[in-house]
Amino acid sequence: MQDLPTSLEIVAVVSDFLREQVLPGLEGRTKFHALVAANALDIVRRELETAPSANGDEALRLVTLLKSDADLETLNRMLCQGIESGELTLETPGLKEHLWTSTLTKLAIDQPKYSAFKKAVREGRS
Amino acid sequence: MTDKADIFAQTLTAIAVQHLGAASVSDLKRLSGGASQETWSFKVHSEGHNEHLILRRAPGGGDGNSSGTAVGLETEAKLIQLAAEANVAVPVVRYVAKPEDNLGSGFIMNHVPGEALGSKIVRSDEFEAVRPKLARQCGEALAGIHSVAMASLPALRYSPASQEIKHYHEIYKTHGHPHPVFDLAFKWLSDHVPADDRITLVHGDFRNGNIMFDPSKGVSAVLDWELAHIGDPMEDMGWICVNSWRFGGIDKPVGGFGSREDMFAGYESAGGPSVDPERVKFWEVLGTLKWGVMCTTMYEAFRSGLDRSVERAAIGRRSSETEIDLLYLLAAD
Repeated sequence: MQDLPTSLEIVAVVSDFLREQVLPGLEGRTKFHALVAANALDIVRRELETAPSANGDEALRLVTLLKSDADLETLNRMLCQGIESGELTLETPGLKEHLWTSTLTKLAIDQPKYSAFKKAVREGRS
Repeated sequence: MTDKADIFAQTLTAIAVQHLGAASVSDLKRLSGGASQETWSFKVHSEGHNEHLILRRAPGGGDGNSSGTAVGLETEAKLIQLAAEANVAVPVVRYVAKPEDNLGSGFIMNHVPGEALGSKIVRSDEFEAVRPKLARQCGEALAGIHSVAMASLPALRYSPASQEIKHYHEIYKTHGHPHPVFDLAFKWLSDHVPADDRITLVHGDFRNGNIMFDPSKGVSAVLDWELAHIGDPMEDMGWICVNSWRFGGIDKPVGGFGSREDMFAGYESAGGPSVDPERVKFWEVLGTLKWGVMCTTMYEAFRSGLDRSVERAAIGRRSSETEIDLLYLLAAD
């Protein structure tokens, strides 16, 4: 067990520091890269918040779908193989829902401002 | 100014004097630092006459054969000239460099005023009046590009759908990280490969961001010809619909500014054959997947240590954008 602050608190404070105190004093390419850096830390922050429970749910769905148990990466490789071989299709019960849920989780972490994610939220897909 | 920059400016001035009837050159500045090409802006002056010109040349004045898929600059110049003859709005090519110019591979063209920044075309008030006409004009421009006689074309790579799928599938497999939605898209594409029944010149990067628009007239120049090749003309129609180039205008499939129906109507009215929307969809799926795979390749440049910038690292986390777009295309209901 680690001491406080939590990794989530550290990432959040560094991201705020970059945005509020570093960025206003920068210009040109360096400013652009600092903004990219702050956005990258926000990805980490959202992942720390969301991924532990979302990845657990993803693994459970895959175990049901594939009727097999393994770690999350192996399960995903098995899913890829199943889709590539044509054994698993969009008609396979649960597959389409699984792909949507997993993809929406990725977007919620990676790019929550992306137009298609916002549209999916509006449509109540997530 | 460094010696190298000085020599470059002198070389360019000599060309302007000898071939463009200019007395002097000014305002020479680098516009972009693309890995495959340099773009420079400059002005030439003669008695009572000033002109704004653009130079595209190989990095550092080399021969320009640095990239696997990009056409050389002489080829690019030739394609722009052929497109002009087919009544496509393109910049006028003024001079193609010869080896004795010591400029490296490159060409000089007129500067076309207007806006090419995709987000401005989609959102800026300046383009509000002309915006409803743009999709149709894009269709007309594509009809022109696809009408260029095959016999007049310089040597270009031939890349039909099956070849494109194979190429990007190999890159995906080499990358190695599992993307189930990519597998779904590859499978769908392999099951829907269109017939190679119409083969034409394909622009290869026809999208919002590579087209110069004028706020009163609309399309004023089709730019960035370096990915041109021979293939299925519907590739260009699908590419401009990829959501990654809609700049937030998700409900306007053509570049974030117009409808597919308008683009197809423009294409057909300008002499193009009737458009099969399913075939355009095939290329939109392939284009979306292609951009997703390219995001992972850019991350690979970071992982390998070639480019340790935050930007390179972060772009890997943009491939998920294409995954949601693919689900909308293939699994929306």
